[in-house]
Amino acid sequence: MFAYVVRRVVTGIVMLFVMSAVTYLLFFSGGADPARFTCGKNCTPELIEQNRRALGYDKPVVAQYADFVKGVFVGREFPDDPALKKIAPQTIAKCPAPCLGYSPLMNDNVTSILASKLPVTASLAFAAFLMWMVLGVSGGVVAALRKGRFTDRALVGTSLVFYAFPTFFIGLTLYIYVAIKWQLTPVPVYTPFSESPASWLMGLLLPGLTLALFFMAAYVRLTRAFVIESMGEDYIRTAVAKGLPKRKILYKHTMRAALTPIATIAGLDLGGLLAGAIVTETVFNYDGLGKLAVQASTTFDLPVDVGIVIVAAFFVITANIIVDVLYAFIDPRVRLG
Amino acid sequence: MSTALSVESQEKVPDGDVLLSVRDLRVRFPTEDGLVKAVDGLSFDLRQGETLGIVGESGSGKSVTSQAIMGLYRGTRAEISGLISFDGVDLLGLGDEELRRRRGKDVAMVFQDPLSALHPYYTVGNQIVEAYLVHHDASKAAARKRTVDMLDRVGIPNPVKRIDQYPHEFSGGMRQRAMIAMALVNDPRLIIADEPTTALDVTVQAQILDLLAGLQKEFGSSIIIITHDLGVVAEMANEILVMYAGRAVERGEAEELFYAPEHPYTWGLLQSMPRMDRLRIERLRPIKGNPPSLISPPSGCAFHPRCAFRDDARLGCAQVEPGFEADAPHPVRCLIPPDERIRIFQTQIRPSL
Repeated sequence: MFAYVVRRVVTGIVMLFVMSAVTYLLFFSGGADPARFTCGKNCTPELIEQNRRALGYDKPVVAQYADFVKGVFVGREFPDDPALKKIAPQTIAKCPAPCLGYSPLMNDNVTSILASKLPVTASLAFAAFLMWMVLGVSGGVVAALRKGRFTDRALVGTSLVFYAFPTFFIGLTLYIYVAIKWQLTPVPVYTPFSESPASWLMGLLLPGLTLALFFMAAYVRLTRAFVIESMGEDYIRTAVAKGLPKRKILYKHTMRAALTPIATIAGLDLGGLLAGAIVTETVFNYDGLGKLAVQASTTFDLPVDVGIVIVAAFFVITANIIVDVLYAFIDPRVRLG
Repeated sequence: MSTALSVESQEKVPDGDVLLSVRDLRVRFPTEDGLVKAVDGLSFDLRQGETLGIVGESGSGKSVTSQAIMGLYRGTRAEISGLISFDGVDLLGLGDEELRRRRGKDVAMVFQDPLSALHPYYTVGNQIVEAYLVHHDASKAAARKRTVDMLDRVGIPNPVKRIDQYPHEFSGGMRQRAMIAMALVNDPRLIIADEPTTALDVTVQAQILDLLAGLQKEFGSSIIIITHDLGVVAEMANEILVMYAGRAVERGEAEELFYAPEHPYTWGLLQSMPRMDRLRIERLRPIKGNPPSLISPPSGCAFHPRCAFRDDARLGCAQVEPGFEADAPHPVRCLIPPDERIRIFQTQIRPSL
């Protein structure tokens, strides 16, 4: 088992490296001149050249990537010029490890930028995750148990409706009606947990629900399908033949078998959400990674773009590993692999 | 018997008395294509300590019969009527909870494919312990000890280690032994084995059948063994019931059914068995035709479209439904008069067997 985990982690690290290399190379060796995107409106040719040298864009791409990797482990300085450091140390921008680059447009280290946005996205992701798992899975189980009857059709139908509506529509509707018109909740604003746990929770309610409603649809249907499939398996027939009570058969036998694929998918969905929910964050104006991604893309803030891709990849790969290990815990047949 | 810890003593029906009595059992499934009459009027008795073999092709209704006895169709859309009297109690009239209490305790079932019949996520020991604890108020340790004992009894080596292993870590024969152990753990009076050896190698088949026969002697249970393999019932059964299209077509003691069968279907089954002691220049002789539709079975005698001795003009095989005297010692569902049947068998069938 331990060997299995170690192998997965090592594979994950290799994958992360490959992804970062491909992303970096794609962004910085394309036709566009990266230095041109470093100063926004007030760009002069001199400023572009200065930035090019400071950020190392004058070096070959592979050397740039090597510097980037070095920065991740030991930190970097912009510009990487020991002579300048002696003369005018205050003009050197420090980027401690793990350094994912420097964004001249936002005037800050990419790592710091990401770190400030991550709590928002993480809170949102986990809030939505909790909501959709609890409601989606239980809804799916109920639908499966009442298969073919009105409750089943109602649950599946309603979830399909929420799945069909675009996220921005659900988000805006909730915002306008629940928060503003009917005043059922205060206007959603992100409050850090450290400031006020209660406000933090309230702030997550509407945007979390927006995201959750979308996923809930899928999970009701998935859970329903897996539970129905599990109920038709031979070992359930054996359990009935042994004389087990219905409740025990459902919770011990049926659910455990149905939960395996659900856990897999849930883990992957959560990993993906941690990279940022673009539409929801924009609608509610929450400063998370999703909103940052939109901003960075529209302003061609390449270092931030690279940083977000790497963070997203990290979460997805980690989620994959966790899900794989979890799978091995639940299904003993997998452990031999 | 063995361990100090044994099952709560049950008053056993004395050997020779009727343990299970099925009368006019009908099991029907409403489907989109129509009403499937899987079992259409089945009657038989089973005595304590005896083995009944139910033989038939796929779709004859043998598995459906066994599952109906176990009450596995409760809560589904199956329509069941008739009488299933177990130890004097009509199982069909019992409430769900009452029936559940008997399931796994008085009547236990061994299924065909042990790999899919056992839950892959739980250890074999866990599943057997569960079967025991649901019917007995004992401690986990006591249940575990009983399980180890049962695994040993069914011939699984190193049971203390095996009890914590998963089904996929067992070989096919071992798994089936484990399933048998699970069925026997509560000392049931009736064991229904539904094609217990079909998924196994031939050599392992023989071992499992020996095991079942040995355990039957030891525990004194009755067995219903369901199979399409005549060789299996020849070994094990006291009485054999041949089913076709959801009904019994012939029933008799094993010896009689093999040496003096009287139904054309039974003749066909015996003739279709490949023979090792014959020259292999002969072709196999299957029963011509296909199993009948259970939604709209043939008129009159259900077997008539495939019967080599069909005689519509004289006997009315396509119009008249033959009767079946369930209480007779060797009932046959056929319109051909008995002495004629015996004659046909002696002159035409027996020489070719």
